Amino acid sequence: MGLIHEIDFGTKAVSAENLVSLTIDGEIVRVPEGTSVMRAAMMMGTQIPKLCATDMLDSFGSCRLCLVEIEGRAGTPASCTTPVAEGMVVHTQNERLGKLRRGVMELYISDHPLDCLTCSANGDCELQDMAGAVGLRDVRYGYDGENHLAQAKDVSNPYFQFDPSKCIVCSRCVRACEEVQGTFALTIAGRGFDAKVSPGMEEKFFDSECVSCGACVQACPTATLMESSVVEIGQPEHSKVTTCAYCGVGCSFKAEMRGDQVVRMVPFKDGKANHGHSCVKGRFAWGYATHQDRITKPMIRAAITDPWREVSWDEAIAHTAAEFKRIQSQYGRNAVGGITSSRCTNEETYLVQKLIRAGFGNNNVDTCARVCHSPTGYGLSAAFGTSAGTQDFDSVEHADVMLLIGANPTDGHPVFASRMKKRLRDGAKLIVIDPRRIDLVRTPHIHASLHLPTRPGTNVAILTALAHVIVTENLVDTDFVRARCDGDSFGQWQDYVGQAQNSPEALENVTGVAPHLVREAARLYATGGNGAIYYGLGITEHSQGTTAVLALANLAMATGNLGRVGVGVNPLRGQNNVQGSCDMGSFPHELPGYRHISLTDVRESFEQAWGVTLESEPGLRIPNMLDAAIDGTFKGLYIQGEDIAQSDPDIKHITAGLSAMECVVVQDLFLNETAQFAHVFLPGSTFLEKNGTFTNAERRIQRVRKVMAPKNGYEDWQITQLLANALGYPMSYRHPSDIMDEIAALTPSFAGVSYDLLEREGSVQWPCNEAAPLGTPVMHMEHFVRGEGRFFVTEYVPTDEKVGPRFPLLLTTGRILSQYNVGAQTRRTENTAWHQEDLLEIHPFDAEQRGVIDGAWVKIASRAGETSLRAKITERVAPGVVYTTFHHPMTMANIVTTDYSDWATNCPEYKVTAVQVSLSNGPTDAQIAYATLGRTTRQIEIAAE
Amino acid sequence: MSHEQQTQKLVYMANQIAIFFASRPEQEAIGEIANHLRKFWEPRMREKIIDFAAHGGAGLMPRAEEAVKMLSQSTTSQSTTS
Repeated sequence: MGLIHEIDFGTKAVSAENLVSLTIDGEIVRVPEGTSVMRAAMMMGTQIPKLCATDMLDSFGSCRLCLVEIEGRAGTPASCTTPVAEGMVVHTQNERLGKLRRGVMELYISDHPLDCLTCSANGDCELQDMAGAVGLRDVRYGYDGENHLAQAKDVSNPYFQFDPSKCIVCSRCVRACEEVQGTFALTIAGRGFDAKVSPGMEEKFFDSECVSCGACVQACPTATLMESSVVEIGQPEHSKVTTCAYCGVGCSFKAEMRGDQVVRMVPFKDGKANHGHSCVKGRFAWGYATHQDRITKPMIRAAITDPWREVSWDEAIAHTAAEFKRIQSQYGRNAVGGITSSRCTNEETYLVQKLIRAGFGNNNVDTCARVCHSPTGYGLSAAFGTSAGTQDFDSVEHADVMLLIGANPTDGHPVFASRMKKRLRDGAKLIVIDPRRIDLVRTPHIHASLHLPTRPGTNVAILTALAHVIVTENLVDTDFVRARCDGDSFGQWQDYVGQAQNSPEALENVTGVAPHLVREAARLYATGGNGAIYYGLGITEHSQGTTAVLALANLAMATGNLGRVGVGVNPLRGQNNVQGSCDMGSFPHELPGYRHISLTDVRESFEQAWGVTLESEPGLRIPNMLDAAIDGTFKGLYIQGEDIAQSDPDIKHITAGLSAMECVVVQDLFLNETAQFAHVFLPGSTFLEKNGTFTNAERRIQRVRKVMAPKNGYEDWQITQLLANALGYPMSYRHPSDIMDEIAALTPSFAGVSYDLLEREGSVQWPCNEAAPLGTPVMHMEHFVRGEGRFFVTEYVPTDEKVGPRFPLLLTTGRILSQYNVGAQTRRTENTAWHQEDLLEIHPFDAEQRGVIDGAWVKIASRAGETSLRAKITERVAPGVVYTTFHHPMTMANIVTTDYSDWATNCPEYKVTAVQVSLSNGPTDAQIAYATLGRTTRQIEIAAE
Repeated sequence: MSHEQQTQKLVYMANQIAIFFASRPEQEAIGEIANHLRKFWEPRMREKIIDFAAHGGAGLMPRAEEAVKMLSQSTTSQSTTS
């Protein structure tokens, strides 16, 4: 096992159909028209020396090392910028070229510290490699001339350092920041000898606009930009490809190791979701795996007021099984349930729901998608026939108009945001519908064509207004609708949205958006070419979340923006495996593959495989479990990798429910907020410590590969298996691939999936079966999964969470780039350097009215509760709207949010809470009490050795 | 949250479903509401709302109330035939 080395072809691949023949060093090679001479040579195995070229970036032609001779052409052109031509004869190596290259290298090396033996890039330095490749033996200029060797290092970034003394000014970092990431944080300042890489206006990296995606570090051919972990540990010696455990983009990474220590995570160029790019979380924020807070021994306690007692795995599992058996015996079979984790693998999630359905004997299983994209599942299933997004990420490269609503991709899905930005720079148009002026509204080289700043809670109104314009201005794609959709439902929908009450003018009082903006947006989306909808939790987390998803589906069907590349309805899913956890049957009413539990033939297939009789009625959802707990009929809960006491709304209700239970089992990496109310703690394993698969937002199933032994002793699927066996329901899987085989055997959309296939293909997108043996990048191509696409009338119904004299502002919540969800992982990394605490964004007008200054403590109160945090005054939010994140438990943001929820799925209405903001002296009494509670309930009684 | 509050929450949820189907013809809407309750509500929740409707159902919207009655009838017929 060694390091995985990806071939660098020097310039990007070209997708032209025409092939061109040329001769390189006497060999004939056929390559796509438009390919560079450098790439053509590499395709036949000849590496032309290079420094400024890499196949992640456009050709630049500055280093002059890749010079070649081409018969019939004058001079020595750069092979990276010279496209191939039919019949071209190229020489990549001769005495003249060798001399020229050595001359170039001499110049570079004359101004370079010759400290290779102590350099962090020793063994991984392209400059060093090229010196060897060109046969550099001497530097005629000596080393005493004017140079840059005394320039100071910039170590301001927690994850990488910048040593300008080693910089060869190849601009790869600057171009990576522009072309790959799209942030434009770097530039070359000065000219000639003074030229140097500069973050922002010659600032330090940390103080600049740099978002720490790592693209510049990856692109650097020397040790100028280098991961601090490599500086500290040294070069890695082996690696495996795995999948990031943060957001739903599902970036592939090479986990580069030394022994069982991670040296760095490097984005994998062949990763089909990320194509070699990364963000600050996946690239750098993996240190939580070895954080001192990590719990690695099982613990139990009789009461949540007791200190934890470390016990053996045998005792913990036996105790848990005994408790669940006792509860079921005392209160009935339905008195227990479980929650699967969207951070765990498909195999682990599948196993938890199997344990609950087959081992507990009920369907009381739910997952965190309840509080994020459950409306997506319901809505897209009802309209199209399947509970997932329609496209692959690559589809965005063919979008002409992007309609982005209720999502903030540069923060929540940064790697996909970079793809979007690239397409936008190439000319696609952007419509943003969002109460906040998110970064994509205006960011370097991108300016949204339209920003519709809606009032929170009015998505359905604005989407119906868009539909009104499409229908009344005859912008409907009637051919598509006639061929692909249900005519009756279309007729009802058309009649409804065409009514005057749904016009942008009539709804302006509701949405707060000027009618002409709505009309322009509708026209642009309907007539601008390929229209692609991208949306996030700003759509789903409302009392009309499902209605809004249906409204998006209506728009896409009405305009024919489905069933081909470049279009579609694309939910940007939050957690790494939230798509997978839903696919695996985590909802109480569905078996794996989104098949209702009441379907006899489906249930029978599972009964046969699992050897039990399954309950045919749906089980409890998370909020219903807590209601039932308070009601006294639900007493035991097994929670794998989910922190409902921080992430779910109306914390008082959550904690009351948890406190009413007799056995709460938390399986997690850390003593999270929910663990404060737990009786058993089963230490979990990180994504680095397990095998399995994740499924990302584009339905892509990707391998997670174990690179170190679980620090807790077991992978999470093994813990579930231990518990099942202790409960008397035998499980004997030897490897997660056994579990995947069972999933494939029982789930038609996964029928063709196996670990062998994933090894061969890298990844596949479901449905993957006999009809689509290599998966399905774009769904609903010929027809919808349900047959005909179904329109739904989407009447706007205002939320009952209304502003008034007591609570005049609307709070909406979200997340930021450096933190992830409840922050359990990212708060235990250096990412806290960018976000030490949650802040309340407030418009200057509202701040002034309340005497609030930037950074002041403010109290935010709603009908549900109150909390305090610091204010950040910004025009990103409109007057009347305030915004915060929920990454830090002490913020207690969800003590303020209410228990209003989506009509179809109970997805909470996080995005709309009526609040008042007033000055405060600091944390509230409840926050102080909560901090005390946290200390008390986390005490661990260390077992005697 | 008291027992009464929990029941009121279920009433609220049933009414939300009824509101979504408000644009449909009455009988179709009642059927859709009942179907939704059957497909997504756990039996304890259904029993509770059925019991509430049987004792007056104050606060349930007319179509939601009809749907709950439909649910009640199908539950009764199921238990009779099983």
